Amino acid sequence: MKRRFFKSTEFYVGLVLALLCIAIQLKSGQFFSGNNLVDLVRAFSIPAMFCIGEMFVIITKGVDVSFPAIASMAMFIVCSKMEALTSNPLLFFLAAMLIGLVVGLVNGYIIARFKFPALIVTLGTSSICFGIMQGVFKSREYPLCAPLYELGQTKLFSVTNPVSGLTSDMPVGIILMLLLIFVGWFILNKTMLGRGIYAIGGDEKAAQRAGFHVFRTLMFIYAFSGCMAGLIGVLRSTMLLAVHPNNLMGMEMTVIAACVLGGVRMEGGKGSVLGALLGMALLTVVDNSLILLEINTTWQKVFVGAIIIIGTAVSAIQSKRDAQKLTVQVDEGRS
Amino acid sequence: MGAIQRVFNKDKNLSRLIVVFLAVFAVCAFMKGSLFLSVSNFQSIGKQFPEFGLLAIAMAFTLYTAGIDLSVVAVANLSAVLVAKILPAVITPETSPEMVLVILFLAFIGALLFGTLCGAINGFLIGWVGITPILATLGTQALFTGCAIVLTNGSTLGGLPKEVANGMGANVLGLPVPFIIFAVFALLSVFVMEKSTLGYKLRMLGTSVKASTFSGFNNVRLFLANYMISGFLSAVAGLVMLGRFNSAKADYGASYVMEVILIAVLGGVDPYGGKGNMKGVIIAIFIVQMISSWLNMYEGISNFYRQIIWGVLLILVLIYNYVVSEREKKKASK
Repeated sequence: MKRRFFKSTEFYVGLVLALLCIAIQLKSGQFFSGNNLVDLVRAFSIPAMFCIGEMFVIITKGVDVSFPAIASMAMFIVCSKMEALTSNPLLFFLAAMLIGLVVGLVNGYIIARFKFPALIVTLGTSSICFGIMQGVFKSREYPLCAPLYELGQTKLFSVTNPVSGLTSDMPVGIILMLLLIFVGWFILNKTMLGRGIYAIGGDEKAAQRAGFHVFRTLMFIYAFSGCMAGLIGVLRSTMLLAVHPNNLMGMEMTVIAACVLGGVRMEGGKGSVLGALLGMALLTVVDNSLILLEINTTWQKVFVGAIIIIGTAVSAIQSKRDAQKLTVQVDEGRS
Repeated sequence: MGAIQRVFNKDKNLSRLIVVFLAVFAVCAFMKGSLFLSVSNFQSIGKQFPEFGLLAIAMAFTLYTAGIDLSVVAVANLSAVLVAKILPAVITPETSPEMVLVILFLAFIGALLFGTLCGAINGFLIGWVGITPILATLGTQALFTGCAIVLTNGSTLGGLPKEVANGMGANVLGLPVPFIIFAVFALLSVFVMEKSTLGYKLRMLGTSVKASTFSGFNNVRLFLANYMISGFLSAVAGLVMLGRFNSAKADYGASYVMEVILIAVLGGVDPYGGKGNMKGVIIAIFIVQMISSWLNMYEGISNFYRQIIWGVLLILVLIYNYVVSEREKKKASK
């Protein structure tokens, strides 16, 4: 058991993350300051929540690139249209989740019914969602309505850096993040549904014969991903204290990369919540610490790209070696 | 008449596309009449589609082998940025006009080689290292775009010699230069995919990697060739874009990725690999461009509605192809 832990992807990613943090601390002296950590958690929270939904999808061999579009669309529609109707922030969240759920169900139905490549289908729905938001609802920067603004301003605590004098607040949304992470972990590890998700990723036909309802499970996954995207969209607007409709574009890439870095295999059937979160943490630290390391921020994308390639290459080579080991064993058995 | 029927029966997908093409053409011509049927409209169409047409062909090659190349736009932009970076540094007002042409020629060849190299990186990561195509090209997309951002500092690079824009904007025998470039590479692609051994091997690879291995093909080399073709065509598209915008930027044509996948799928390339033909893709390019120009003629329709239309169309076409292939399977089993 112990051996397995030291060989796991989670261990390596955690190790790299720890070393990176220490290196940045040594170079800048500012990494482990309270406000930097709070800022990191803030930056980490939204993509980490997306990671949970995306992880489910990737474990079943799919990939969902529509969640930034769903989140943006749900956020904009809710924030711009519901202002006059209600002042209960909970209703805003519920409405956004409902919008997300509908799109998620559409995704799930098309993918599960016709067995199309998930990437292409979700690319299509992503385009539709952005089109609806920008064309039909004429999205633009929009001031956040009062109830959500108030919610966004409430904070758990705030930290001031004695050296730079900068203050960072820990938003209430963090509680939602922890809740969602727990739900994700619970579904994957403690329920039959979670077993089904892993089983479908391993071998869809075998899962079906073992009695798992493949169609329903896939529907659930995409619906869950969409529903959560709606929630996260509104949460994001409360964190930014404004409605930025185009702000989430391109986040799908970071999230997929984080999942895969953390050991969620695109070939399906493998991955853990901890791994995906560690992967996201690594990318967040790299993304946010370039300034501390006095590297020009134009380099950001280069670093992210390089990390994705190196990370996925390592896991690809690992799985290749595993496959080779398997054949060697068979050969030895024969002779 | 019999000959036409034979052709129709031989390639049903192609004939369906031709029917769609004619139908769309008729609708556009009917709704917008002289505005749509004018020479200038066709000339502007000829200038607009080559860039994403070339990208669509590049995408079709990778989908054909059950892969995908998400980095096409990034490669196009990075190649264009490199040219835009080098040209103003090398060419000074004192350079003689002949010298300018030589430098331009060399720079363009260099950009094409560079695009091929980018493709080779993709092919290496996918074929040799064994990363799934989505991830590998996602990573290189970030990397290439990142490099372009570093080189340009996020701004637009202009100040190109006049010859670039003049050359790309010119008409030869009434045909816009980008259109001629597109035609040349489209014909070459049709040849490679449908008539050459390489195309045949790629189809084998797309149908089944294992079968291809056991047939004695060098899969790594095939992946390399496949993605190098895609990188090369992307670089050509990048140069066309350089000429059309008369500048280079890290994020030109960001929405093209989705559009070119749509075109490739519309053209009958099966995203699970091994099925499809280039002629279909080329007709699909014309169909999409025609719809696009037609929509442009309505001032009330914002550009964003096009995104909705492309998305809906992509999914509908997928479902339609699915239904057709199911029906054919049923027929075959009877």
